[in-house]
Amino acid sequence: MKIGVFICHCGENIGRTVDCPRVAKACEWLPGVEVSLDYKYMCSDPGQNMIKDEIKKKKLDAIVVGSCSPHMHEKTFRKAAVDAGINPFLVEIANLREHCSWVHDDIDSATDKAIDLVRMAIEKVKRNQPLTTIEVPVTKRTLVIGGGIAGIQAALDVANAGYEVVLVEKEPSIGGHMSQLSETFPTLDCSQCILTPRMVEVYQHPRIKLMTYSEVEKVEGFIGNFNVTIRKKARHIDEDKCTGCGLCITKCPTKKKAFNSFEENLAYRPAVYVPFPQAVPNIPVIDETVCMYYKNGKCGMCVKVCGREAINFDQKDTMVTEEVGAIIVATGYKLYKIDKKPDDSPIKGYGEYGYGKYKDVVDGLQFERIASASGPTSGEFKRPSDGKEPKKIVFIQCVGSRDESKGFSYCSKICCMYTAKHAMLYKHKVHDGEAYVFYMDIRSGGKMYDEFVRRAIEEDGVKYIRGRVSKISEKDGKYIVKGEDTIAGMPVEIDADMVVLATAMIAQQDASELAQTIGIPYDKYGFYNEAHPKLRPIESTTGGVFLAGACQSPKDIPESVAMASAAAAKALVLFGSDKLEREPVVAYVNESLCAGCFYCKKVCPYGAVEVKELKDRNGVVYKEVAYVNTGLCQGCGTCTATCPSKSVELAGFNNEEIFAQIAAL
Amino acid sequence: MKLGYFPGCSQTGTAKEYDISLRKVVEKLGASFDEIQDWTCCGATSAHVTNHLLANSLSMRNIALAEQQGLDDIVAPCAACYNRLVLSQHEIQTQPELKREVELVLDKKLGKEIKVMNLIELFIKIGLDKISENKKTELKNLKVACYYGCLLVRPAAITHFDDAEQPTSMESIVELTGAKPVDWNYKVECCGAAHTLARRDIVLDLSKKILDDAKEHGANVMVVACPMCHSNLDMRQRAMKREYPDHKDFPVLYLTELLGLALGMDEKELGINKHTVEFKYNELPADKAAV
Amino acid sequence: MSSHNHNHVHTVADDIKEKTFQDVSLCYQCGKCSAGCPVRYYMDIAPNKIVRLIQLGFYDEALKSETPWLCAGCMTCSTRCPQEFDLAKFMDAVRELALEKGVKVNKNHIVKFHESFLNQIKRFGRSWEIGLIAEYKLKTLDLMQDVDSAPDMLIKGKLEMIPHKVKDKKSVKNIFSRTAKK
Repeated sequence: MKIGVFICHCGENIGRTVDCPRVAKACEWLPGVEVSLDYKYMCSDPGQNMIKDEIKKKKLDAIVVGSCSPHMHEKTFRKAAVDAGINPFLVEIANLREHCSWVHDDIDSATDKAIDLVRMAIEKVKRNQPLTTIEVPVTKRTLVIGGGIAGIQAALDVANAGYEVVLVEKEPSIGGHMSQLSETFPTLDCSQCILTPRMVEVYQHPRIKLMTYSEVEKVEGFIGNFNVTIRKKARHIDEDKCTGCGLCITKCPTKKKAFNSFEENLAYRPAVYVPFPQAVPNIPVIDETVCMYYKNGKCGMCVKVCGREAINFDQKDTMVTEEVGAIIVATGYKLYKIDKKPDDSPIKGYGEYGYGKYKDVVDGLQFERIASASGPTSGEFKRPSDGKEPKKIVFIQCVGSRDESKGFSYCSKICCMYTAKHAMLYKHKVHDGEAYVFYMDIRSGGKMYDEFVRRAIEEDGVKYIRGRVSKISEKDGKYIVKGEDTIAGMPVEIDADMVVLATAMIAQQDASELAQTIGIPYDKYGFYNEAHPKLRPIESTTGGVFLAGACQSPKDIPESVAMASAAAAKALVLFGSDKLEREPVVAYVNESLCAGCFYCKKVCPYGAVEVKELKDRNGVVYKEVAYVNTGLCQGCGTCTATCPSKSVELAGFNNEEIFAQIAAL
Repeated sequence: MKLGYFPGCSQTGTAKEYDISLRKVVEKLGASFDEIQDWTCCGATSAHVTNHLLANSLSMRNIALAEQQGLDDIVAPCAACYNRLVLSQHEIQTQPELKREVELVLDKKLGKEIKVMNLIELFIKIGLDKISENKKTELKNLKVACYYGCLLVRPAAITHFDDAEQPTSMESIVELTGAKPVDWNYKVECCGAAHTLARRDIVLDLSKKILDDAKEHGANVMVVACPMCHSNLDMRQRAMKREYPDHKDFPVLYLTELLGLALGMDEKELGINKHTVEFKYNELPADKAAV
Repeated sequence: MSSHNHNHVHTVADDIKEKTFQDVSLCYQCGKCSAGCPVRYYMDIAPNKIVRLIQLGFYDEALKSETPWLCAGCMTCSTRCPQEFDLAKFMDAVRELALEKGVKVNKNHIVKFHESFLNQIKRFGRSWEIGLIAEYKLKTLDLMQDVDSAPDMLIKGKLEMIPHKVKDKKSVKNIFSRTAKK
């Protein structure tokens, strides 16, 4: 076997601490090495040409490149090798930058280490097998999980490009948190006015299958070939028969039985309800926990008034399976609530703000409902306790966020903006009202964002105080807010009529469960992880699963929409070809050695190991062995490390290759 | 039930009635005390604010004596002593270097952690049902502001006792006497504690705010579990009146005194007559609202 | 990676870190400590600013401030700090350092109170109120304050005329001599 060795200086990056000419020289005489050269930028055009020329000139069989991490330029060098007629899997990279020059100071010992790294790569490449890429078919349908603004946008983009979409939403209506907002920053346009047309478009779209009040139960398969099981929760109302006339709702005797969660518990709703007037679909749901029929078998008023006979108390949850090629996760966020939490929770709640016992201490979404024309106060500013107009409101930012002790250390990102909006909306309606904002920093990066905050201060007279509030207490219907103006160095005490807490955006309660169902990683806060923080912010690390909106980290509307369109584009890229090419670095089983213990099946994080029956010529099963589904296998090697009989191997990283590398040291 | 007892300096002086009522109530509930022999002051605020090693040595001398005496748990009725004994032990157990230093100072090997109980934990240990069982008088005319002060509940991560911001354990004991606890704002605010001599102005200001808030929330008596709090809140009311002429007397009882009344003892027996602000349960106007 | 071979001078911030096991850089200056401090209105410098002065290296300004001495040690700040910085412990360390370094704290009766209090314990092993009041009054010449409550306490039998003394005098003596600052 003839091997070529190419050592890259990476400008100064490697060259500064590794003596590259010495490395090239040292490898020249190693067995199998035909040629060994160094160059300032091996990834450049002249560098690549150098590799191609040498392959052709010296009739090389394999090459080793000592350069940066294979994450960066493995593709480049493989392409060069293929152009010169070598199988791409006969290219090995010795990482001389991240693993060597960047982490060492001493030139002599760094150079010695670089030589060792290259020698190891040479020993491996000698044993490498030429591999061919795997091809898998693509189902050109998309599952979108979550029907908030991100899910709606992603679904519309994919559908408008000509592909079918299944949109799953766990609530009875799509719309998400955006449908609860009054106005949006920095333009102050009405949230529902801009959102509802898109909700209707989703409902009417011929290529979108909308499944509300439904949840994803199981995801099987792999990129291009997912098999998804969806639980359609029982509405107790036949969706095909219901016309959405709403008679059942107005006649339901349980008028104020349950808190209205769309109104953030500031109002009540009956047992049969639609979350809000513009709900899509406009089909009610019967809440079993409060409906009298489920309590004592009596009532049935809704049955009597429904002319379409759409009420069905016996309806059960049903399971639906869908085949899709791509999944867009757009499950959004939840808001931090300040009530007392169990001791084992990372969230502690705020005792100094009353653990939620004060009625007029509300959170951001509650304030949105109070400010909203469609809300419980019809857009008039009235405080929850006594319905009086608050003349003095204190807004407190960073509650639960940037707070290691009671919540999370991350910045919730949107609160500075929405607090400025809240204060502004209030001042626009209550001209003699006073608004105070306690903040730590004002983070208003974005187009027209800082201008918006300045407007609140300069034009609307909102008073900003830099400092965290230590305590809220109640006295004679006023809320005493104790803070410190850290700029003036003065203690501040404000007797407010109402307090609005800009509480943190946090991951959905079941975020980690759903992540495990789909098989995508999440961070310590429960937000879903992107494949690369800079260059692959839309993709999850699982092929074919893309992220959109606040399920990845706190985001505002424009960012969520942009990310949703990007996720749609990623799905469309997938649908651009009929077959998918995959790296052949997958596990394979030596069936004659396999004892059928299936430890590999238990440990495989991707569910790629299946049971295969070996049959004799009469069709009688004589042995069960493990079988690796190459479509699912991500090449992590957990099975190879676990197998007691050493009968699973990873292509491109088999035992012989790895041992040879170690032995070279 | 026999329990180790660390009285603390106040119990022998300004808080004599606390010591008297505590011993009587505990006896009535069927428990008794085994006092740590020859105990010293825990060092209080003065030691820990000026000399870390001195503070820990003084506290740990008492813990070592308790261990020598074979006590598994001890009651420290003073919230400040309780706080010092718990914190010192926590520091000793988590900082081996400090432990060695203190051992050198004391000429003693320090052993395991000894459970230190505050007044509320004491009654939970004895059994709250015992209070109901032995109750003689329903104190239904009392509307009580339970005052925890700062040191009883802090730091919550180390004391593991009740909520540091909105505690409720004292209320649940007070309710057993038939008295009605009120919800108020200054449960865990500081009364100025050790500044009582050097900065009386501060103590008067802080204590007045505490008393006022209790009144404003409908209380007719305050209940405390700390001799320092009591001396600031009760004894300082005389000076408070001179400083703030509109100030009206407001009775402040030890939790043990309240329990004593419910268990059928009278004010004199419990030492309530030693207070600056007089309190006689039978002379209270009957409250129609309370049931 | 460059090697760190700068000559590091031991600073007050380092002293504090040694005494409290926490780094002042934790504090992000939100001021929640000052906002909740019961004694805040009496302080010349807000508690969060004492931390700021130490962060920036203005050690003299921090150590001579009256603020640490006014701190009542109630731990409200430590309980509510979003960064879990134990400010009460920090204040203990600042006071201890001020004494160790002989910093003159402006017009401070509180230091004299602590001295008087500890002297009672040094002498008797326990606090003795009459001795404490007498010594403190002599030190500060603040004779008139509290003339109203003392007789009241005497009548009610709350002030002991003779101190309670710990029998094991030697151990108390040792504690004080061995922990004394050189």
